[in-house]
Amino acid sequence: MSNVPGLYVLGEANFSDHGANRLGASALMQGLADGYFVLPNTIGDYLATQKPAARPKTDAFEFQQAENNVRGIVTRLLGVKGKQPVSHFHKRLGKILWNGCGMARNAVGLRKALAEIPALREEYWQNVNVPGDGGTLNQSLERAGRVADFLELAELLCLDALERDESCGCHFREEHVDAEGECLRNDEQFAHAAAWEYQGEGRAPLLNKEPLVYETVHMAKRNYK
Amino acid sequence: MKVKLKVWRQKDANTPGGFNEYETPDVNPNMSFLEMLDVVNDELTVKGEEPIAFDHDCREGICGTCSLVINGKPHGPHRGVATCQTYLRSFHDGDVITVEPFRAKPFPVIKDLVVNRKAFDRIMQAGGFISVRTGSGCDANAIPVPKEAAELAMDAAACIGCGACVAACKNGSAMLFVGAKVSQFGLLPQGQPEREQRVLAMVKQMDAEGFGNCTNYYECSAVCPKLISHEFIARMNRDYLKAVLRTAFTPTSTNASAAG
Ligand code: FES
Repeated sequence: MSNVPGLYVLGEANFSDHGANRLGASALMQGLADGYFVLPNTIGDYLATQKPAARPKTDAFEFQQAENNVRGIVTRLLGVKGKQPVSHFHKRLGKILWNGCGMARNAVGLRKALAEIPALREEYWQNVNVPGDGGTLNQSLERAGRVADFLELAELLCLDALERDESCGCHFREEHVDAEGECLRNDEQFAHAAAWEYQGEGRAPLLNKEPLVYETVHMAKRNYK
Repeated sequence: MKVKLKVWRQKDANTPGGFNEYETPDVNPNMSFLEMLDVVNDELTVKGEEPIAFDHDCREGICGTCSLVINGKPHGPHRGVATCQTYLRSFHDGDVITVEPFRAKPFPVIKDLVVNRKAFDRIMQAGGFISVRTGSGCDANAIPVPKEAAELAMDAAACIGCGACVAACKNGSAMLFVGAKVSQFGLLPQGQPEREQRVLAMVKQMDAEGFGNCTNYYECSAVCPKLISHEFIARMNRDYLKAVLRTAFTPTSTNASAAG
């Protein structure tokens, strides 16, 4: 369970067993392990303690706030009436990340991406074309909302990668390589999970460091050889 | 290559729909069918027209979200292949391809090619589950499962719940889907406690949703992207018959309802 009661981070979204290493099979492994063994007993256990009558109501302040926020975004997206379809921006964003924030990344490339993403986001909100309306099924709108999120998340991804000035798992900073070409970690400075806190639109996110403390198994150098 | 599409467009369930024709730009034969629709949709958007709504999610044949009747066949030309894994190389340059939604009364059109398949969810809610205790996990391998049962249950569990079986059946029958689900649970030891209740409840819900009956055409298993065998229908029928007979002669406790 996350620190939001009832919100579980399971399967591919859970990184607790393999940290920064997100190569193919590790996500699969986490999906299988959580799916078979963890999920049936955690979520079921949580639900068993819940009383349906105590469910949050839709007139709760938080609900209304979230709903108004979404309505605002929907209206804004539909109102842009620009020239390019959502996919145009999605593809360009993909290319920026592919070039600047791939598995092997470096400070120069990340800085470049960090300059390009806000510019693309700006363009998105001025020139995206979302046809149709918000009252019926509108797949362009669904996609537009997601790409709007991606445009924020992509920037955070690059920021986090730039900030973590070491190589670690799939985060391979080209500046930090040992003689054999393997990842060079810096446990003194970076033995933490970086939990970035959203500070509102246009504001720099806040970095919360959650230290990684291992009691039985100790951190060692990864070596596949 | 270029193809011509005849696509079913429909604003919503209450507005009559019809075919519109679209020509694709030059597309790569190794594009998937859905990627081709993405390209067509981008063109429509730029032209200021509404893009074609169609269902998709994983695009790798495992989620059961994609649908489409392509040239009259649910999930298109290939046996055992979902629409999302159908590629343009299976068609020819200049082909005219007809694209329609899954058609069945219990699957009302939401928009264009998207239909409402909630009826399947309601059938699952009626009985497509097993009861487990909550709390800490049980030991692995605490319940032995016979190899043959495991294999057969896995075959049934391959059903991705897309609804192609219904779209292909002239009776609009959902019996392949329900048969697969009933069998998947009924074959395993974990599914035994609710076995009879399950088949009765799921069949009841299936009928209530307005799905037709099976008259053994087997169009369903022929178009099934996961090649679910129609033998699971026979299996469900046996389970159903047994459950009807047994519940008719099984005394029920007068406390049963109070305990619920
Ligand atoms: S999109 Fe998931 S099965 Fe086709």
